Amino acid sequence: MIKVQNLAKNFGAKRAVDGVSFSVERGEVLGFLGPNGAGKSTTMRMITGFIPPSEGTVSVGGFDIVEHPIEVRRMIGYLPENAPAYTDMTVHGFLNFAAEIRGLRGEAKTKAVSRVVEMCFLDAVLHQSVETLSKGYRHRTCFAQSIIHDPDVLVLDEPTDGLDPNQKHEVRGLIRKMGEKKAIIFSTHILEEVDAVCSRAIIIDRGKIVANGTPQQLRQKSEWAGAVMLRVSGINSAALNQKLLQLPTVKRLTVLREDATSVTARVFPKSEVNGALAANIADAAQGWHIEELHTEEGRLDEVFRSITMPDTATQSAVK
Amino acid sequence: MNTWANIKTITKRELGAYFTSPLAYVFIVIFLLLCGFFTFMVGGFFERGEASLVRPFFDWHPWFYLFLVPAVGMRLWAEERRVGTIELLLTMPITAWQAIVGKFLASWLFLGIALLLTFPIVITVNYLGSPDNGVILSGYLGSWLMAGAYLAISCITSAMTRNQVVSFIVSVVICLFFILAGFPPIIRLLEGWAGPWLVDTITSFSVITHFDGFQKGVLDSRDVLFFLSLIGFSLFSTSVILRGHRAG
Repeated sequence: MIKVQNLAKNFGAKRAVDGVSFSVERGEVLGFLGPNGAGKSTTMRMITGFIPPSEGTVSVGGFDIVEHPIEVRRMIGYLPENAPAYTDMTVHGFLNFAAEIRGLRGEAKTKAVSRVVEMCFLDAVLHQSVETLSKGYRHRTCFAQSIIHDPDVLVLDEPTDGLDPNQKHEVRGLIRKMGEKKAIIFSTHILEEVDAVCSRAIIIDRGKIVANGTPQQLRQKSEWAGAVMLRVSGINSAALNQKLLQLPTVKRLTVLREDATSVTARVFPKSEVNGALAANIADAAQGWHIEELHTEEGRLDEVFRSITMPDTATQSAVK
Repeated sequence: MNTWANIKTITKRELGAYFTSPLAYVFIVIFLLLCGFFTFMVGGFFERGEASLVRPFFDWHPWFYLFLVPAVGMRLWAEERRVGTIELLLTMPITAWQAIVGKFLASWLFLGIALLLTFPIVITVNYLGSPDNGVILSGYLGSWLMAGAYLAISCITSAMTRNQVVSFIVSVVICLFFILAGFPPIIRLLEGWAGPWLVDTITSFSVITHFDGFQKGVLDSRDVLFFLSLIGFSLFSTSVILRGHRAG
């Protein structure tokens, strides 16, 4: 549905987006990750046609964004960053306006409005002015606007920003459900969201894509992926260190915590022999007692940090 | 067809926005008070002893509009940019032109409503004497066109900034130029040193010169064209400025 090729955007001398290419198909939810100022919003603004690209092309549903902007916009529902809405209107008036400008009239309009009101739980504030809404309601009002025409493509810029945990949960549920039939791109810097919602994630840093894959694949890029977490009692760290380094599969280990009764350590494998490492350690346990032993999947936040801030990530790993 | 439907939707929303905020009512009250005060007290409506609205009523309009129209137009785009709704509006399936024209029409209609509410003055002058109502009608038409021209200029300045106050001040200055270019004292000053062709060129840019015909009941196509082309040019400039912002 969405095809982005070598997309770039210059703001004066600054290159905000630098040669980004990816595609999203129907039924996919693509998570767009990256630190603040990485170019997430700029990329989304180019996809929705708000700002023209400096280089590269975007096509949505086969239509080029520059040559057929109106056709593209018809297909897209867009929730801009900070969820702007006309503050002088009531929620009902605002949604009616959104429906009308999307070409809905009469009964179709009434139906569309009541559908999104129900989906986004806006009943309670329907006749309240947008100005007086709490942030969560305002966010959902703008979200409702983006899905009022049941678009094939949804572009959501930080859809859960500023919501409380319950609202976040609701919005994630909505995105996941809609992702079954639509092509969705959403940006976030909350990593747990990627696991909860995305079928695929892209990490973007300084305008470039630095990682692209399923959440599972991304996690495996972690240094910790395949490492074994170990908590033992009846042995001190020096002895543990010596014993484990004798094992052929162990590359190194870091002691995370040691107290009177137990030692907690992270053991790194020599190569990609994840399963074997835990088994080997279990076999080597003689005279000491294993309290906890598991192979780590790798953590997204660690991947995120090591990709977007290479220097600090290695430092913390050394620690 | 589709174009007009889109413009209508935008216009309806904008016009609604005026009347849900106190701005509309404040504006209308101030405008009517000013009209009444200047016509009867300063303009000497009764002292003149003639059944005409030309001098006591319409003469003041270019000056009222100088401050009132930029106050109406300043929020048009500045507010959209400040709140961020411009991002919603310009990613809807409409062209930038439709949005610009829709917003402009809403404000212009609003000014028209305010102008129509001065109708008691027409009733008064008809009650007291027998004026030429054709002249009055053409005066109203000219006044509305002039308001539209000021408004279009305010559209440009509103698109230039996200600060409404800056927009207001800049458009007052520009509108002032369009008044002063035909203001008799300024013309006399110019005649002192500039050649007649230069004076003519400058005065031909003045809204006062072109409004004068309407006041006298003369519907000159050149005057109509002047106001319409000023509006067209200003709205075009607005679209260029909006595109410039987005291109970065």
